[in-house]
Amino acid sequence: MEADQSEGTKLPITAPAVDPDLLHELVDHLRKSQEALREEWVRRITEAKLLSVMTPDEIFSEVTAVYDNYVTALETGSIETLQEYARDLSERIIPRGVETDEVLGIVLLLRDVLARSLFVNYQRDPDLLHRILDSYEPAANSIAVTVGVSFVDQRERIIREQQEAIRELSTPVLQVRERLLILPIIGVLDAARARQLTEQLLAAIRDNRARVVVIDVTGVATIDLTVANHLVQAVEASRLMGASAILTGLSSGIAQTLVDLGVDLGTMQTVGDLQGGLEEAERMLGTSVPGVDETSWRSFQ
Amino acid sequence: MSVAILHQGEYVIASIQSDLSDREVVALRDDLTRRVGDHRARGLIVDVAAMDVIDSFVARALRSIAETALMRGAETVIVGIQPDVAIAMVQFRLNLEPLRAALDLDDAVRTLDRLVKRGPPDAR
Repeated sequence: MEADQSEGTKLPITAPAVDPDLLHELVDHLRKSQEALREEWVRRITEAKLLSVMTPDEIFSEVTAVYDNYVTALETGSIETLQEYARDLSERIIPRGVETDEVLGIVLLLRDVLARSLFVNYQRDPDLLHRILDSYEPAANSIAVTVGVSFVDQRERIIREQQEAIRELSTPVLQVRERLLILPIIGVLDAARARQLTEQLLAAIRDNRARVVVIDVTGVATIDLTVANHLVQAVEASRLMGASAILTGLSSGIAQTLVDLGVDLGTMQTVGDLQGGLEEAERMLGTSVPGVDETSWRSFQ
Repeated sequence: MSVAILHQGEYVIASIQSDLSDREVVALRDDLTRRVGDHRARGLIVDVAAMDVIDSFVARALRSIAETALMRGAETVIVGIQPDVAIAMVQFRLNLEPLRAALDLDDAVRTLDRLVKRGPPDAR
Protein backbone atom coordinates (compact mmCIF):
# COMPACT_ATOMS: atom_id res chain seq x y z
CA MET A 1 0.00 0.00 0.00
CA GLU A 2 2.83 2.39 0.90
CA ALA A 3 4.56 1.81 -2.42
CA ASP A 4 1.28 2.34 -4.18
CA GLN A 5 0.86 5.73 -2.61
CA SER A 6 4.27 7.05 -3.65
CA GLU A 7 3.48 5.95 -7.18
CA GLY A 8 0.11 7.59 -6.92
CA THR A 9 1.43 10.95 -5.81
CA LYS A 10 3.94 11.04 -8.65
CA LEU A 11 1.38 10.25 -11.29
CA PRO A 12 -1.92 11.58 -10.02
CA ILE A 13 -3.81 10.75 -13.18
CA THR A 14 -3.10 7.03 -13.23
CA ALA A 15 -5.31 6.13 -10.37
CA PRO A 16 -4.91 3.15 -8.12
CA ALA A 17 -8.08 1.14 -7.91
CA VAL A 18 -10.68 3.31 -6.24
CA ASP A 19 -11.93 1.94 -2.99
CA PRO A 20 -15.75 2.30 -2.96
CA ASP A 21 -15.85 2.71 0.81
CA LEU A 22 -13.35 5.53 0.68
CA LEU A 23 -15.22 7.22 -2.11
CA HIS A 24 -18.38 6.91 -0.10
CA GLU A 25 -16.64 8.43 2.90
CA LEU A 26 -15.35 11.24 0.71
CA VAL A 27 -18.72 12.01 -0.85
CA ASP A 28 -20.33 11.96 2.60
CA HIS A 29 -17.85 14.49 3.81
CA LEU A 30 -18.40 16.75 0.80
CA ARG A 31 -22.17 16.57 1.23
CA LYS A 32 -22.02 17.30 4.95
CA SER A 33 -19.91 20.39 4.57
CA GLN A 34 -21.36 21.55 1.29
CA GLU A 35 -22.61 24.92 2.58
CA ALA A 36 -19.24 26.00 3.85
CA LEU A 37 -17.36 24.64 0.85
CA ARG A 38 -19.66 26.34 -1.64
CA GLU A 39 -19.28 29.64 0.14
CA GLU A 40 -15.53 29.24 0.23
CA TRP A 41 -15.58 28.46 -3.50
CA VAL A 42 -17.68 31.52 -4.33
CA ARG A 43 -15.36 33.65 -2.18
CA ARG A 44 -12.32 32.35 -4.04
CA ILE A 45 -14.00 32.90 -7.44
CA THR A 46 -14.82 36.50 -6.54
CA GLU A 47 -11.33 37.00 -5.14
CA ALA A 48 -9.75 35.77 -8.35
CA LYS A 49 -12.11 38.09 -10.30
CA LEU A 50 -13.40 35.20 -12.39
CA LEU A 51 -16.85 35.29 -13.99
CA SER A 52 -16.87 39.06 -13.62
CA VAL A 53 -19.68 39.32 -16.18
CA MET A 54 -22.10 37.47 -13.89
CA THR A 55 -23.94 38.80 -10.84
CA PRO A 56 -23.18 37.25 -7.43
CA ASP A 57 -26.64 35.66 -7.37
CA GLU A 58 -26.05 34.02 -10.72
CA ILE A 59 -22.65 32.81 -9.64
CA PHE A 60 -24.16 31.34 -6.50
CA SER A 61 -26.89 29.45 -8.33
CA GLU A 62 -24.46 28.10 -10.94
CA VAL A 63 -22.02 27.18 -8.20
CA THR A 64 -24.68 25.24 -6.35
CA ALA A 65 -25.57 23.29 -9.46
CA VAL A 66 -21.95 22.65 -10.42
CA TYR A 67 -21.12 21.56 -6.89
CA ASP A 68 -24.00 19.06 -6.79
CA ASN A 69 -23.09 17.70 -10.19
CA TYR A 70 -19.47 17.52 -9.20
CA VAL A 71 -20.18 15.48 -6.09
CA THR A 72 -22.57 13.22 -8.00
CA ALA A 73 -19.92 12.66 -10.62
CA LEU A 74 -17.43 11.78 -7.89
CA GLU A 75 -19.89 9.41 -6.31
CA THR A 76 -21.09 7.55 -9.37
CA GLY A 77 -17.96 7.87 -11.46
CA SER A 78 -20.26 8.72 -14.35
CA ILE A 79 -19.54 12.05 -15.91
CA GLU A 80 -22.45 12.09 -18.34
CA THR A 81 -24.79 14.30 -16.31
CA LEU A 82 -21.95 16.68 -15.57
CA GLN A 83 -20.96 16.72 -19.21
CA GLU A 84 -24.49 17.65 -20.20
CA TYR A 85 -24.67 20.33 -17.55
CA ALA A 86 -21.29 21.72 -18.63
CA ARG A 87 -22.46 21.91 -22.21
CA ASP A 88 -25.66 23.62 -21.18
CA LEU A 89 -23.77 26.03 -18.95
CA SER A 90 -21.30 26.81 -21.74
CA GLU A 91 -24.17 27.58 -24.07
CA ARG A 92 -25.51 30.10 -21.58
CA ILE A 93 -22.26 31.80 -20.63
CA ILE A 94 -20.35 31.88 -23.94
CA PRO A 95 -22.55 34.59 -25.47
CA ARG A 96 -21.86 36.68 -22.36
CA GLY A 97 -18.15 36.65 -23.01
CA VAL A 98 -16.91 34.15 -20.45
CA GLU A 99 -13.43 33.00 -21.45
CA THR A 100 -11.92 29.53 -21.43
CA ASP A 101 -9.43 30.41 -18.70
CA GLU A 102 -12.27 31.52 -16.42
CA VAL A 103 -14.09 28.22 -16.80
CA LEU A 104 -10.93 26.19 -16.24
CA GLY A 105 -10.09 28.54 -13.37
CA ILE A 106 -13.31 27.94 -11.47
CA VAL A 107 -13.16 24.18 -11.93
CA LEU A 108 -9.58 24.05 -10.71
CA LEU A 109 -10.54 26.32 -7.81
CA LEU A 110 -13.26 23.90 -6.77
CA ARG A 111 -10.80 21.06 -7.02
CA ASP A 112 -8.44 23.02 -4.80
CA VAL A 113 -11.12 24.01 -2.28
CA LEU A 114 -12.26 20.42 -1.91
CA ALA A 115 -8.71 19.09 -1.63
CA ARG A 116 -7.94 21.58 1.12
CA SER A 117 -11.04 20.63 3.00
CA LEU A 118 -9.97 16.99 2.75
CA PHE A 119 -6.55 17.91 4.15
CA VAL A 120 -8.12 19.72 7.06
CA ASN A 121 -10.61 16.99 7.77
CA TYR A 122 -8.23 14.05 7.65
CA GLN A 123 -4.98 15.63 8.80
CA ARG A 124 -4.98 13.52 11.97
CA ASP A 125 -4.79 10.34 9.97
CA PRO A 126 -2.19 10.83 7.20
CA ASP A 127 -2.62 7.29 5.96
CA LEU A 128 -6.36 7.68 5.46
CA LEU A 129 -5.77 11.12 3.92
CA HIS A 130 -3.42 9.61 1.37
CA ARG A 131 -5.88 6.95 0.41
CA ILE A 132 -8.74 9.42 0.19
CA LEU A 133 -6.65 11.64 -2.03
CA ASP A 134 -5.84 8.64 -4.20
CA SER A 135 -9.53 8.22 -4.79
CA TYR A 136 -10.20 11.90 -5.13
CA GLU A 137 -7.42 13.02 -7.46
CA PRO A 138 -8.20 10.95 -10.58
CA ALA A 139 -11.92 11.58 -10.33
CA ALA A 140 -11.37 15.31 -9.84
CA ASN A 141 -8.96 15.43 -12.75
CA SER A 142 -11.33 13.70 -15.10
CA ILE A 143 -14.09 16.08 -14.01
CA ALA A 144 -11.90 19.10 -14.69
CA VAL A 145 -11.02 17.72 -18.11
CA THR A 146 -14.68 17.00 -18.86
CA VAL A 147 -15.83 20.50 -18.02
CA GLY A 148 -12.95 22.11 -19.92
CA VAL A 149 -13.46 19.98 -22.99
CA SER A 150 -17.23 20.53 -22.96
CA PHE A 151 -16.67 24.26 -22.86
CA VAL A 152 -14.17 24.23 -25.71
CA ASP A 153 -16.36 21.84 -27.74
CA GLN A 154 -19.32 24.12 -27.30
CA ARG A 155 -17.23 27.08 -28.36
CA GLU A 156 -16.03 25.33 -31.47
CA ARG A 157 -19.55 24.29 -32.32
CA ILE A 158 -20.67 27.93 -32.09
CA ILE A 159 -17.75 29.00 -34.28
CA ARG A 160 -18.65 26.37 -36.87
CA GLU A 161 -22.28 27.47 -36.86
CA GLN A 162 -21.28 31.09 -37.28
CA GLN A 163 -18.95 30.23 -40.14
CA GLU A 164 -21.82 28.47 -41.82
CA ALA A 165 -24.10 31.43 -41.22
CA ILE A 166 -21.53 33.80 -42.69
CA ARG A 167 -21.18 31.58 -45.73
CA GLU A 168 -24.95 31.54 -46.18
CA LEU A 169 -25.40 35.24 -45.65
CA SER A 170 -22.48 36.50 -47.62
CA THR A 171 -23.71 35.67 -51.10
CA PRO A 172 -27.20 37.05 -51.53
CA VAL A 173 -28.65 37.15 -55.01
CA LEU A 174 -31.07 40.07 -55.27
CA GLN A 175 -33.73 40.77 -57.80
CA VAL A 176 -33.75 44.45 -58.73
CA ARG A 177 -36.59 44.27 -61.16
CA GLU A 178 -38.22 41.77 -63.44
CA ARG A 179 -35.51 39.57 -64.95
CA LEU A 180 -32.61 41.57 -63.55
CA LEU A 181 -30.50 40.23 -60.68
CA ILE A 182 -27.60 41.68 -58.79
CA LEU A 183 -24.99 39.62 -57.01
CA PRO A 184 -22.95 41.78 -54.66
CA ILE A 185 -19.81 39.94 -53.61
CA ILE A 186 -18.26 41.08 -50.34
CA GLY A 187 -15.13 39.85 -48.60
CA VAL A 188 -12.75 37.10 -49.49
CA LEU A 189 -13.60 34.67 -52.24
CA ASP A 190 -12.13 31.22 -51.85
CA ALA A 191 -12.70 28.24 -54.08
CA ALA A 192 -15.52 26.82 -51.95
CA ARG A 193 -17.33 30.13 -51.73
CA ALA A 194 -16.89 30.82 -55.41
CA ARG A 195 -18.40 27.45 -56.26
CA GLN A 196 -21.32 28.02 -53.91
CA LEU A 197 -21.76 31.47 -55.37
CA THR A 198 -21.95 30.09 -58.90
CA GLU A 199 -24.52 27.51 -57.81
CA GLN A 200 -26.66 30.12 -56.06
CA LEU A 201 -26.43 32.45 -59.01
CA LEU A 202 -27.53 29.78 -61.48
CA ALA A 203 -30.39 28.65 -59.25
CA ALA A 204 -31.51 32.27 -58.94
CA ILE A 205 -31.33 32.72 -62.71
CA ARG A 206 -33.58 29.73 -63.16
CA ASP A 207 -36.02 30.69 -60.40
CA ASN A 208 -36.34 34.36 -61.38
CA ARG A 209 -36.06 33.78 -65.11
CA ALA A 210 -33.32 36.37 -65.17
CA ARG A 211 -31.99 37.73 -68.43
CA VAL A 212 -29.30 39.97 -67.04
CA VAL A 213 -27.12 39.54 -63.95
CA VAL A 214 -24.92 42.29 -62.55
CA ILE A 215 -22.02 40.88 -60.52
CA ASP A 216 -20.59 43.59 -58.31
CA VAL A 217 -17.12 43.05 -56.84
CA THR A 218 -16.69 46.44 -55.17
CA GLY A 219 -16.48 44.65 -51.83
CA VAL A 220 -13.74 42.26 -52.89
CA ALA A 221 -10.39 43.51 -51.66
CA THR A 222 -8.07 41.25 -53.60
CA ILE A 223 -8.47 38.92 -56.48
CA ASP A 224 -6.16 36.16 -57.68
CA LEU A 225 -6.00 33.85 -60.64
CA THR A 226 -8.24 31.19 -59.10
CA VAL A 227 -10.92 33.68 -58.11
CA ALA A 228 -10.77 35.38 -61.50
CA ASN A 229 -11.24 32.03 -63.21
CA HIS A 230 -14.18 31.29 -60.95
CA LEU A 231 -15.77 34.57 -61.98
CA VAL A 232 -15.22 33.77 -65.64
CA GLN A 233 -16.79 30.35 -65.09
CA ALA A 234 -19.80 31.87 -63.32
CA VAL A 235 -20.31 34.24 -66.23
CA GLU A 236 -19.99 31.50 -68.83
CA ALA A 237 -22.36 29.21 -66.94
CA SER A 238 -24.88 32.06 -66.75
CA ARG A 239 -24.60 32.51 -70.47
CA LEU A 240 -25.27 28.81 -71.02
CA MET A 241 -28.47 29.28 -69.09
CA GLY A 242 -29.49 32.16 -71.27
CA ALA A 243 -28.56 35.12 -69.07
CA SER A 244 -26.00 37.83 -69.79
CA ALA A 245 -23.64 38.86 -67.01
CA ILE A 246 -22.13 42.27 -66.37
CA LEU A 247 -19.16 42.59 -64.04
CA THR A 248 -18.95 45.85 -62.13
CA GLY A 249 -16.82 47.49 -59.47
CA LEU A 250 -13.39 46.28 -60.49
CA SER A 251 -11.01 48.60 -58.67
CA SER A 252 -7.97 49.92 -60.51
CA GLY A 253 -5.72 47.68 -58.41
CA ILE A 254 -7.74 44.59 -59.24
CA ALA A 255 -7.96 45.53 -62.89
CA GLN A 256 -4.19 45.81 -63.03
CA THR A 257 -3.73 42.50 -61.25
CA LEU A 258 -6.02 40.83 -63.76
CA VAL A 259 -4.11 42.29 -66.68
CA ASP A 260 -0.78 41.27 -65.12
CA LEU A 261 -2.10 37.75 -64.55
CA GLY A 262 -3.23 37.59 -68.14
CA VAL A 263 -6.81 36.70 -67.24
CA ASP A 264 -8.96 36.92 -70.32
CA LEU A 265 -12.01 38.94 -69.44
CA GLY A 266 -12.67 39.59 -73.11
CA THR A 267 -15.78 37.46 -73.05
CA MET A 268 -17.12 39.41 -70.11
CA GLN A 269 -18.87 42.70 -70.15
CA THR A 270 -17.37 45.03 -67.54
CA VAL A 271 -18.67 48.37 -66.37
CA GLY A 272 -17.00 50.74 -63.92
CA ASP A 273 -19.49 50.83 -61.09
CA LEU A 274 -22.76 49.29 -60.01
CA GLN A 275 -24.76 52.28 -61.22
CA GLY A 276 -23.26 51.99 -64.69
CA GLY A 277 -23.84 48.25 -64.61
CA LEU A 278 -27.51 48.69 -63.75
CA GLU A 279 -27.94 51.27 -66.49
CA GLU A 280 -26.33 48.93 -68.98
CA ALA A 281 -28.56 46.10 -67.78
CA GLU A 282 -31.65 48.26 -68.17
CA ARG A 283 -30.57 49.06 -71.67
CA MET A 284 -30.13 45.38 -72.49
CA LEU A 285 -33.49 44.49 -71.00
CA GLY A 286 -35.15 47.42 -72.70
CA THR A 287 -34.05 46.42 -76.14
CA SER A 288 -34.33 42.68 -75.78
CA VAL A 289 -37.63 42.31 -73.96
CA PRO A 290 -40.52 43.73 -75.96
CA GLY A 291 -42.88 43.53 -72.98
CA VAL A 292 -40.90 45.87 -70.76
CA ASP A 293 -42.34 49.29 -69.91
CA GLU A 294 -40.20 51.65 -71.95
CA THR A 295 -40.64 54.70 -69.72
CA SER A 296 -39.51 52.85 -66.61
CA TRP A 297 -36.03 52.27 -67.92
CA ARG A 298 -35.77 55.52 -69.86
CA SER A 299 -36.27 57.47 -66.66
CA PHE A 300 -33.22 55.69 -65.31
CA GLN A 301 -30.92 56.94 -68.01
CA MET B 1 -35.65 8.04 -79.75
CA SER B 2 -37.27 10.21 -77.11
CA VAL B 3 -37.27 13.56 -78.84
CA ALA B 4 -40.50 15.42 -79.46
CA ILE B 5 -40.28 17.57 -82.59
CA LEU B 6 -42.90 20.26 -83.06
CA HIS B 7 -43.45 22.89 -85.67
CA GLN B 8 -44.61 26.30 -84.66
CA GLY B 9 -44.92 28.79 -87.47
CA GLU B 10 -41.49 29.31 -88.92
CA TYR B 11 -39.77 27.55 -86.07
CA VAL B 12 -38.91 23.93 -85.38
CA ILE B 13 -38.86 22.97 -81.73
CA ALA B 14 -37.02 19.82 -80.67
CA SER B 15 -37.64 18.80 -77.10
CA ILE B 16 -35.23 16.16 -75.86
CA GLN B 17 -36.96 14.02 -73.23
CA SER B 18 -34.04 12.04 -71.83
CA ASP B 19 -30.31 11.57 -72.08
CA LEU B 20 -29.39 10.44 -75.57
CA SER B 21 -26.84 7.93 -76.75
CA ASP B 22 -24.21 9.10 -79.22
CA ARG B 23 -26.02 7.30 -82.03
CA GLU B 24 -29.27 9.04 -81.16
CA VAL B 25 -27.53 12.41 -81.08
CA VAL B 26 -26.27 11.85 -84.62
CA ALA B 27 -29.73 10.70 -85.76
CA LEU B 28 -31.28 13.80 -84.17
CA ARG B 29 -28.80 16.05 -85.96
CA ASP B 30 -29.60 14.51 -89.35
CA ASP B 31 -33.33 14.61 -88.68
CA LEU B 32 -33.32 18.26 -87.58
CA THR B 33 -31.26 19.57 -90.49
CA ARG B 34 -33.55 17.70 -92.87
CA ARG B 35 -36.66 19.17 -91.26
CA VAL B 36 -35.25 22.71 -91.31
CA GLY B 37 -34.98 22.38 -95.08
CA ASP B 38 -38.29 20.59 -95.57
CA HIS B 39 -40.31 23.08 -93.60
CA ARG B 40 -38.36 26.13 -94.66
CA ALA B 41 -37.90 26.98 -91.01
CA ARG B 42 -36.28 30.26 -89.97
CA GLY B 43 -35.49 29.15 -86.46
CA LEU B 44 -34.60 26.02 -84.53
CA ILE B 45 -35.08 25.61 -80.80
CA VAL B 46 -33.44 22.67 -79.03
CA ASP B 47 -34.77 22.06 -75.54
CA VAL B 48 -32.24 20.17 -73.38
CA ALA B 49 -33.97 20.67 -70.01
CA ALA B 50 -34.31 16.92 -69.48
CA MET B 51 -30.65 16.19 -70.10
CA ASP B 52 -28.60 15.54 -66.98
CA VAL B 53 -25.33 15.37 -68.88
CA ILE B 54 -24.03 17.36 -71.80
CA ASP B 55 -20.63 15.93 -72.69
CA SER B 56 -18.18 17.03 -75.34
CA PHE B 57 -19.85 14.82 -77.93
CA VAL B 58 -23.29 16.25 -77.33
CA ALA B 59 -21.88 19.78 -77.22
CA ARG B 60 -20.17 19.25 -80.56
CA ALA B 61 -23.32 17.76 -82.04
CA LEU B 62 -25.34 20.75 -80.85
CA ARG B 63 -22.81 23.08 -82.43
CA SER B 64 -22.90 21.21 -85.69
CA ILE B 65 -26.71 21.18 -85.66
CA ALA B 66 -26.58 24.95 -85.33
CA GLU B 67 -24.00 25.34 -88.08
CA THR B 68 -25.80 23.13 -90.57
CA ALA B 69 -29.14 24.74 -89.73
CA LEU B 70 -27.63 28.16 -90.32
CA MET B 71 -26.40 27.04 -93.73
CA ARG B 72 -29.97 26.13 -94.51
CA GLY B 73 -31.23 29.47 -93.27
CA ALA B 74 -32.26 28.86 -89.68
CA GLU B 75 -30.87 30.28 -86.45
CA THR B 76 -30.58 27.90 -83.48
CA VAL B 77 -31.24 28.57 -79.81
CA ILE B 78 -30.55 26.11 -76.99
CA VAL B 79 -33.04 26.15 -74.13
CA GLY B 80 -33.10 24.87 -70.61
CA ILE B 81 -29.55 24.00 -69.69
CA GLN B 82 -29.77 23.08 -65.99
CA PRO B 83 -27.56 24.85 -63.44
CA ASP B 84 -25.58 21.69 -62.63
CA VAL B 85 -25.08 20.97 -66.30
CA ALA B 86 -23.95 24.54 -66.93
CA ILE B 87 -21.37 24.33 -64.13
CA ALA B 88 -20.08 21.00 -65.40
CA MET B 89 -19.84 22.28 -68.96
CA VAL B 90 -17.90 25.34 -67.88
CA GLN B 91 -15.56 23.24 -65.79
CA PHE B 92 -14.87 20.92 -68.69
CA ARG B 93 -14.42 23.97 -70.90
CA LEU B 94 -17.19 22.91 -73.25
CA ASN B 95 -18.67 25.85 -74.98
CA LEU B 96 -21.51 26.09 -77.38
CA GLU B 97 -20.22 29.10 -79.33
CA PRO B 98 -21.66 30.36 -81.59
CA LEU B 99 -24.88 28.96 -80.21
CA ARG B 100 -27.22 31.17 -78.26
CA ALA B 101 -28.74 29.94 -75.04
CA ALA B 102 -32.10 30.96 -73.67
CA LEU B 103 -33.68 30.32 -70.32
CA ASP B 104 -37.00 29.02 -71.51
CA LEU B 105 -39.15 28.61 -74.61
CA ASP B 106 -40.59 32.12 -74.30
CA ASP B 107 -37.14 33.62 -74.32
CA ALA B 108 -36.01 31.41 -77.15
CA VAL B 109 -38.89 32.47 -79.33
CA ARG B 110 -38.18 36.14 -78.56
CA THR B 111 -34.49 35.70 -79.34
CA LEU B 112 -35.34 34.04 -82.65
CA ASP B 113 -37.89 36.75 -83.51
CA ARG B 114 -35.17 39.31 -83.00
CA LEU B 115 -32.55 37.42 -85.00
CA VAL B 116 -34.88 36.59 -87.86
CA LYS B 117 -36.22 40.14 -88.11
CA ARG B 118 -32.73 41.57 -88.09
CA GLY B 119 -31.53 39.24 -90.79
CA PRO B 120 -31.42 40.07 -94.51
CA PRO B 121 -34.83 40.52 -96.18
CA ASP B 122 -36.64 37.27 -96.82
CA ALA B 123 -36.46 36.05 -100.41
CA ARG B 124 -39.96 34.59 -100.20
